[in-house]
Amino acid sequence: MTLVYILIITFLVSYIPRVLPLVLIRKPIKSRFIKSFIYYVPSAVLATMTFPAIFYSTGNQMAAMITSAIVVVLSFFKVPAEAIIVISIVLAFVLSLFV
Amino acid sequence: MTSFFNGVRKSIPIVIGYIAASFAFGVFCCTNGVTPLVSILFSITNLTSAGQFAGVKLMLEAASLIEIGVTVLIINLRYFLMSVSLSQRLDSSIPTWKRMLIGYGVTDEAFSVAINETENVTPAFMAGIIIPETIAWLLGTTLGAFASTVLPANVLNACGIALYAMFIAIFMPNFVQSTPMKIVIIIALVFSFSFEYVPVVNQCPAGLKIIIGTVVAALIGAIFFPIKED
Repeated sequence: MTLVYILIITFLVSYIPRVLPLVLIRKPIKSRFIKSFIYYVPSAVLATMTFPAIFYSTGNQMAAMITSAIVVVLSFFKVPAEAIIVISIVLAFVLSLFV
Repeated sequence: MTSFFNGVRKSIPIVIGYIAASFAFGVFCCTNGVTPLVSILFSITNLTSAGQFAGVKLMLEAASLIEIGVTVLIINLRYFLMSVSLSQRLDSSIPTWKRMLIGYGVTDEAFSVAINETENVTPAFMAGIIIPETIAWLLGTTLGAFASTVLPANVLNACGIALYAMFIAIFMPNFVQSTPMKIVIIIALVFSFSFEYVPVVNQCPAGLKIIIGTVVAALIGAIFFPIKED
């Protein structure tokens, strides 16, 4: 039952922010502060959710830490996300055989 | 019809990216004991990677409904801004029910494609993007969820890293791009590491950990490094 509530709530907080402006608001947001805040949220939240959780994501902490370091370097050089996904799985797997 | 197929054509890169991203989500769910059906339900109802990942993660940590709702709302606030600017590009004659359908599919990628259109954005064009992107999102989730059930345990364990790796691939280019973004991300990381390793503080509920780190970091960014007006 809790699951149903979670699905309903996450649906509402995913859908309402998207649909409300389309049906109601016809003016752009003026506040530079609000625009700035919302601009920074995605990167901040992804960083927060990724570290340090990624170290514990595979059951082999050392392999996961080495993999995340390599992923950070690859992302620094703008390797596309699709490639990163595949590379990270392969690295985490291979490294887990050795460390 | 041409406007619909124009949308479909523009959705092709999105589709490829979505299959990969939602595959990682499906794998994440299944490696953590969430059934394929539930993973797919999250993908249909949420249609967003960071938001639904946070929702599932908090559900697994037995967070309260309010924590889940507030956290996912904050993560999804950006869609509000996107829809505001998209609303300027929709003809005023477009009826409410069509706007409600378009609203379902406003994602980072769909938005960036739509907003770069030189002509007015039509419902048919949006449908051309939203239908393929939704199918791709559900297909990837399903493939990820079921792949997880047939893979050997050690491969499956390794798959647990995929979604996090994808997140790094998303925020690292922003990190590189500007000093304010570097500062905001580092502040967020200081919070997330403290919430994991500092005694007492690490007892904080999972949803609050995400909210506090994100909000403080983004507020500092907004106060000290407001974005340039366009």
